[in-house]
Amino acid sequence: MLALIHSLAQVPFAKPHIDYHALAPEIVLTVLAVSLLIADLFIDETRKYVITTIAGVGVIAALIPIVTLAVDGSDRSLFGGAYVVDNFALLLKALFLVAGYLTLLMSSNYLQEGDYYEGEFSFLVVCSLLGMVVMASSRDLITIFVALETLSIPGYLLAGWRKRDRKSNEAALKYYLLGVVASAIMLYGMSLVYGITGSTLLTDIGAKLPTITDGKPLAAIGILMVIIGFAFKVSAVPFHQWAPDTYEGAPTPVTAFLSVASKAAGFVALMELIFIGFVGRPNVWAPIFWVLAALTMTVGNLIALRQTNIVRLLAYSGIAQAGYMLVPFAVAGDNNAAQKSAFTAILVYLISYAAMTLGAFMMVIAIARKTRSGEISSLGGLFEYAPGLTVVMSIFVASLIGIPPLVGFWGKLFVFRAVLDAGTGWALFLGVIASVNAVIALGYYGTLLRTMWMKPVPDGDRRPIKVPQSLVVGLAICALAVVAGGIYPQVFTRFGDLARFF
Amino acid sequence: MSHGFDSWALSLVTFLPLVGVLLLVLVPKAEEEMIKWVALGTAVATAAVMGWVMAAYDYGAPNRLHFEVNKSWIDVINSRFHIGIDGLGLPLVALSCVIVILCIVYSWNHFPEPHNPKAFLALLLVLETGMNGTFIAQDLILFFVFFELVLLPMFFLIGVWGGPNRQYASLKFFLFTMFGSAFMLLSFLALYFKAGHTFDIATLAENVKTANISHGTQLLIFGGLFLGFAIKVPMFPFHTWLPDAHTEAPTVGSVILAAVLLKLGTYGFIKIALPILPEAARSWAPWIGLLAVIGIIYGALGCLAQKDMKRLIAFSSVAHMGFVMLGISTLTSTGINAAMFGMVAHGLITGMLFFCAGSVKDRFHTLEISRLGGLLESMPKLAWILGFASMASLGLPGLAGFWGEFPAILSTYSPAAGLSEPLFRTFMVVAAVGTVLAAGYLLWLYQRTAFGSPKAEFAQQHFHDVNLEEWIAWAPMLLMIVVLGLWPRLLFHVTDTAVQAIASRF
Repeated sequence: MLALIHSLAQVPFAKPHIDYHALAPEIVLTVLAVSLLIADLFIDETRKYVITTIAGVGVIAALIPIVTLAVDGSDRSLFGGAYVVDNFALLLKALFLVAGYLTLLMSSNYLQEGDYYEGEFSFLVVCSLLGMVVMASSRDLITIFVALETLSIPGYLLAGWRKRDRKSNEAALKYYLLGVVASAIMLYGMSLVYGITGSTLLTDIGAKLPTITDGKPLAAIGILMVIIGFAFKVSAVPFHQWAPDTYEGAPTPVTAFLSVASKAAGFVALMELIFIGFVGRPNVWAPIFWVLAALTMTVGNLIALRQTNIVRLLAYSGIAQAGYMLVPFAVAGDNNAAQKSAFTAILVYLISYAAMTLGAFMMVIAIARKTRSGEISSLGGLFEYAPGLTVVMSIFVASLIGIPPLVGFWGKLFVFRAVLDAGTGWALFLGVIASVNAVIALGYYGTLLRTMWMKPVPDGDRRPIKVPQSLVVGLAICALAVVAGGIYPQVFTRFGDLARFF
Repeated sequence: MSHGFDSWALSLVTFLPLVGVLLLVLVPKAEEEMIKWVALGTAVATAAVMGWVMAAYDYGAPNRLHFEVNKSWIDVINSRFHIGIDGLGLPLVALSCVIVILCIVYSWNHFPEPHNPKAFLALLLVLETGMNGTFIAQDLILFFVFFELVLLPMFFLIGVWGGPNRQYASLKFFLFTMFGSAFMLLSFLALYFKAGHTFDIATLAENVKTANISHGTQLLIFGGLFLGFAIKVPMFPFHTWLPDAHTEAPTVGSVILAAVLLKLGTYGFIKIALPILPEAARSWAPWIGLLAVIGIIYGALGCLAQKDMKRLIAFSSVAHMGFVMLGISTLTSTGINAAMFGMVAHGLITGMLFFCAGSVKDRFHTLEISRLGGLLESMPKLAWILGFASMASLGLPGLAGFWGEFPAILSTYSPAAGLSEPLFRTFMVVAAVGTVLAAGYLLWLYQRTAFGSPKAEFAQQHFHDVNLEEWIAWAPMLLMIVVLGLWPRLLFHVTDTAVQAIASRF
């Protein structure tokens, strides 16, 4: 032991060069989180909404260095390549921050009216955001793991925020237990990969994995376990069981945050792992993703058909949507063209998914303010007393169906392009499963549309809905993204080429 | 293009209605007069731009795109904002612009329940953008976007403002169309991958010649296109959504559905399927012809069995679109020209019939043929107009319907090279029988509804005959039916160059 310490002491300590510009978003978020906690102590109980406002402004402030870094344009690599700030990282950081900002917009009134703790809530959201922002830059197994825990742990707490509600308690406990199991499995897998390749750096792993001769099965098990760990995170079937209960029990803004930002973070990690670390071993991960994608789409859609609660419906639809996002992973290993178009497809789908799903959740919050119910039937006759909200909600639902010219359509189109670029029989088979699922999904999305537009008002109460200003802003941002991105998809499809790191 | 307006004209025709929608959103719901005027103003402005396009269109020029715009749109998949208008699109865009104005005028004082003119008119204008855009798109993805844009407004028009069974009908319409367009999109993607990574219609048509795609694959791709378009037309056996949709849709919805929406399918065949995949089209043509004549006879027999006037007109649409598809299946310039004429004529005539049916329904609150009767006595003007439209619909020479049916039948006598003459001549005989049946069901309808004296339940009631809005909405259609009937060259002259270019591939 002493010898070890002695030998460590012999290693000359060099102060790492820190690029503060590259780390600025993370620094802003850290400072913001701490100041939120301090501010919470001094702000009067009746004026807690100030905290959420500060958090929102802070999150927007974190976007500023992202813009300056994007303008600067050069790729920055920190900490020996474990932390990279390139276009991909910047794009996703921006996506996470915007999603976080929208979550804060959604939650301010929700928390006030429900009389929940507001200060800590914003603090936890910002902490989770910090984890996501770190995730976007992680190029190292350990960084990925740290980022994942940073973003997940606040999530467990947030899920249980309505602490007097049993369902919320169940949500938090289920999410926590399964999340920890998933982390353990993933960590074990990572240790195996490290053991085989001798490095935690993704680029090293990527270089060594194809060349190893001994321990191929072990490496395969390692990769499998890492993927399974993230399959929990992105709620892929059969690792999805926590999602519907958690989503239903958690406060709706948290549900939106988990099903969009947290899920996106899982996908970002998968992209880093698959397109850099495990890129040389598609024979291991491609079949896994094929099965995950097929199951996730099909099971998610079929169960969604039977839901009567709108949040659960969105949860299962989110699972199905994740299935579409897993499709490009399954075909990415087939050839170079497929790899490129799969990368683009995942990014395009992630962005469009975030915009339309956040929008749909905001809508649920806005409508539930009047109906005080989560049942789909409570939306009946919405068109008669809230035509504006109905039209906006219809836009989100139509986008989730994949009707052009809305962003959801382009997401699906790019997924199909990746499938056709791969062109193998298995890829095409998966494409067929995806198209059948797109039709199944029409069933429940169609029911939603029909209920809002054509059914009578269930309780005859036709008073108009008063939408708080923060929600109006949020809805406007999402609707604009869904429509404008749909009409001129070039604005975000080009990110696929810009952000490609291979 | 020297003139600045030239490059903007078609975009205006397509997107002005959307601007109108934005204006409508800003007008408070209670200001109904203002809402109606904004919608009408938008539709008229759109039609005015289209009028300018028609005036500036070079009718003598060889087949080419006019007012072409080709801008970058989605580089990643090489899809471009490529619009332009040719002899195929011109009459249909004009038809759509006119029909929308007439529909707004017709609805002026009687919006169907649950009223709400703001939403109703906004949806109508969104519909117009979709329809106009489809006819000018020169890029498959752009075409698909507009093609689908039509879907939701129509779904809501039927589902919210329709008859008692509206929810079932609207969902059926939605699911059928989505099902077809999924296959259509797959075929578009297949073309993209097989023929040089482009979605440009003209370029694809050139590329496919040299791309060396196996005949089997071509047949499959055509099959996907066929499903998408045939459901929209609709051809037998995919027609089952149509009678339900028509019966339940509000009058204006039926009119637009019949006048323009069905044409999206036939137009797709002529504009996309035939020129890009001529070889596959030749193999498919006998089957299309077969389904077309089955549709003619089946639609006619269906008409004879109907008890509801609107449902009867819906089935007559199936028969008439059968004639259009029969013309297309011959792959000759006569046949395709006839199809183009048939599309416009059917739009005007069947649209007119649906207007009549809507007005009858307004007054009698029923369309059950057995309860109607004696229209000539109770509402002579409406009855005469109904009679006129029925005559036009059964193909009376001198009215527009004739020029859609007669040349289509004529063209089956000598189909394009490579198609079996005996088979198509058999189709000819069957189709001719179809015209007799058409005369049968239309005259029978007229006899039952217009002749005799009103039934006891309505005998004592007084009905207001054709009113001002109805006259304004109907006069242009009636006029066009006569003008096109007497002077068919007016339309054939426009379509012929474009049709020749397509027929020259066979």
